[in-house]
Amino acid sequence: MSRPVIHLEDISKLYRLGQVSTGTLAHDLNRWWHRVRGREDPYARIALDNDRTRKTSPGSAPSYAWALKNINFKVNQGDVVGIIGRNGAGKSTLLKILSRVTSPTSGRIRVKGRIASLLEVGTGFHQDLTGRENIYLNGAILGMGRREITRKLDAIVDFSGCAAYLDTPVKRYSSGMSVRLAFAVASHLDAEILVIDEVLAVGDGEFQKKCLGKMNDVASQGRTLLFVSHNMGLVSSLCKRAILLEEGGLRLDTGTSEAVLSYYTHGKGTPFHVRFDELNRRIGSNGGILLEGAVEDMSGKPCAEVDIRKPFQIRMRYRVEREASRAPFPNVHVTDNTGAYVFVSFPPGNEVGKTPGEYEAVCQIPGNLLNDGTYFIGLGLTFMDKGMQVAFLEKDALCVNLHDPLEETLDHERNGFSGTMPGTVRPSLDWQVRQQL
Amino acid sequence: MSQPAPPPVETEDLEWDLEIRASTGWFNLHLQDLWRYRDLLRMFVWRDFVAVYKQTILGPVWFFIQPLLTTATFTIIFSGVAKLSTDGLPPLLFYLAGTTPWNYFAAAITKTSNTFVTNANLFGKIYFPRLVTPLSAVISTLIQFGIQFLLLLGMLAWYLFQGVPIHPDWGGILLLTPLLILLLAGLGLGVGIIVSSLTTKYRDLTFLVNFGVQLAMYATPVVYPLSMVPSKYRFWLELNPMTSIIEAFRSLYLGVGTFSWSGLGYSSLVVLVVLSAGVVIFNRVEKSFMDTV
Repeated sequence: MSRPVIHLEDISKLYRLGQVSTGTLAHDLNRWWHRVRGREDPYARIALDNDRTRKTSPGSAPSYAWALKNINFKVNQGDVVGIIGRNGAGKSTLLKILSRVTSPTSGRIRVKGRIASLLEVGTGFHQDLTGRENIYLNGAILGMGRREITRKLDAIVDFSGCAAYLDTPVKRYSSGMSVRLAFAVASHLDAEILVIDEVLAVGDGEFQKKCLGKMNDVASQGRTLLFVSHNMGLVSSLCKRAILLEEGGLRLDTGTSEAVLSYYTHGKGTPFHVRFDELNRRIGSNGGILLEGAVEDMSGKPCAEVDIRKPFQIRMRYRVEREASRAPFPNVHVTDNTGAYVFVSFPPGNEVGKTPGEYEAVCQIPGNLLNDGTYFIGLGLTFMDKGMQVAFLEKDALCVNLHDPLEETLDHERNGFSGTMPGTVRPSLDWQVRQQL
Repeated sequence: MSQPAPPPVETEDLEWDLEIRASTGWFNLHLQDLWRYRDLLRMFVWRDFVAVYKQTILGPVWFFIQPLLTTATFTIIFSGVAKLSTDGLPPLLFYLAGTTPWNYFAAAITKTSNTFVTNANLFGKIYFPRLVTPLSAVISTLIQFGIQFLLLLGMLAWYLFQGVPIHPDWGGILLLTPLLILLLAGLGLGVGIIVSSLTTKYRDLTFLVNFGVQLAMYATPVVYPLSMVPSKYRFWLELNPMTSIIEAFRSLYLGVGTFSWSGLGYSSLVVLVVLSAGVVIFNRVEKSFMDTV
């Protein structure tokens, strides 16, 4: 049984908006005066929620905003947790507090074990020093002792692939090279808890693969990893649990897929099973109404996450409200997370639905077709009896996360390749490989 | 027989290594952290020393040229033009004995007074005891001081060899030089970190530091001996903790000047107070300065 190693209790962080200027002194004095009399901070009380789209009216007093408000969670030893959220949701602030760069306005965090954070690769690199000198410098900044670095020097140099440039000043390095060197140092830290910001968004494919492998290692060694990223694919493949932050608050703390889907759908409803008939708006006109939609596994259970190798089905329930000489046909529109179409599909030669009533349509998506990542599913119903008439087309009505379980697919399906497989689809095709005689 | 299930882990009963909270009081200084990061301190000192003169041709020779030119200028202006007393000593030696400790003190202040502002990038990305940075600055400046100190010793030897009547107190030099350096470093560090803590929010002080240090040199017997000061100003001058340090330094090495134990005692007390206040304020500021710097 693993014990909690990080425990956040009611963490909040207040930031002042606007410039720090002459007004600051007055605020400080006022704040101090309140404190002396044992009163509450007068500015915290009027602080806004973290919603940067709402502009404060000009001329009103300089305002304060909560970058984080009442965040509570625990992380157990060996957990790999993704922290996701839109820009400004408070991810970076949370990281900064965890790495002790800044302190929270209220609340407390308790940590068991050595915690190391990588908010940036190559922090403190000195351009005039050589690669070797910088390994020592950077290692020391990260909290390693000199002997520890000497012991790991070979491994670090080997991992970075910069052996030939070790005695060249870092300013002559290409940016990719210095990043590799920096990540190499950081990844050899022995801390029990690692907090990592999106440092992987750099370097070439080969190096990214190396980094990913290293992070998987960290996880398998029973160390704890907190990983902040915008790359939902990476979060899905690395983390089992994800924390979704929204406007400074903790919105979801669940399995990765659900959090990722919620990230994409702005947290509205359960995006893999929606009762449209229970919404307060009616979806559909021209003789057809959408009632329900779901992404299900083959046993008919709604699910947020699907194994990339397994088939799944999209089920929709709709009501036809008029007679039609030619049956209206249901259709699904699958798009990827950039909004690009993957395909549209509908039942060929559909004969069902000529009379009013409720209907159900199930579309089966075979396994080994889509790539890993998040897909959005639009649901539609189209009449073709009097020219084309769209009864409804609800775009992005559902979404689903396709998950590639690396630990199972790495050896066989991926032939040991652990990097990103590009493409919107990843079909399993027939191959013939033979030796030429 | 199956093993009984372990009792559920209660969070409250567990031991924790680190607690992060809003405010941990004024005196929670985490000084033991400083010891854990001693290798970082060493790396910073080494970096400061190595990096400054990379890609310069003369390298550390600059450490000699700077004090030599300053001393020459002082000799011409204060001794040659203004005819200030040098207590009967060769002016070159007199000024060098004053500026060597003073320069160290001044450099310690100016190098530490912008700790937060110049290291904001680094501090914003990673935690380590922030005190390591000003501490390393004070120590690496010691190397510069050492070179100037060698210059002073060389000059002293040359004058002694020439037969100029100078009477250094060799025993005192051996015993008290480390103490004097410690006082200089402590005062420089203390003032520097107080200034750096205050400038995180209000930048105004940065304008004051550079010329403040310059002005302070004239409020300290660096280019003139304390013995020359009229008695009505003397009390005020002796309030300056640097006065007795510089005077002691000169009287040890050159045999003239006002050496006073009570003066040194007073200076040590001031250093202690300033340094402790500095560490406390610095510690207070380092937790939240990222939000204001």
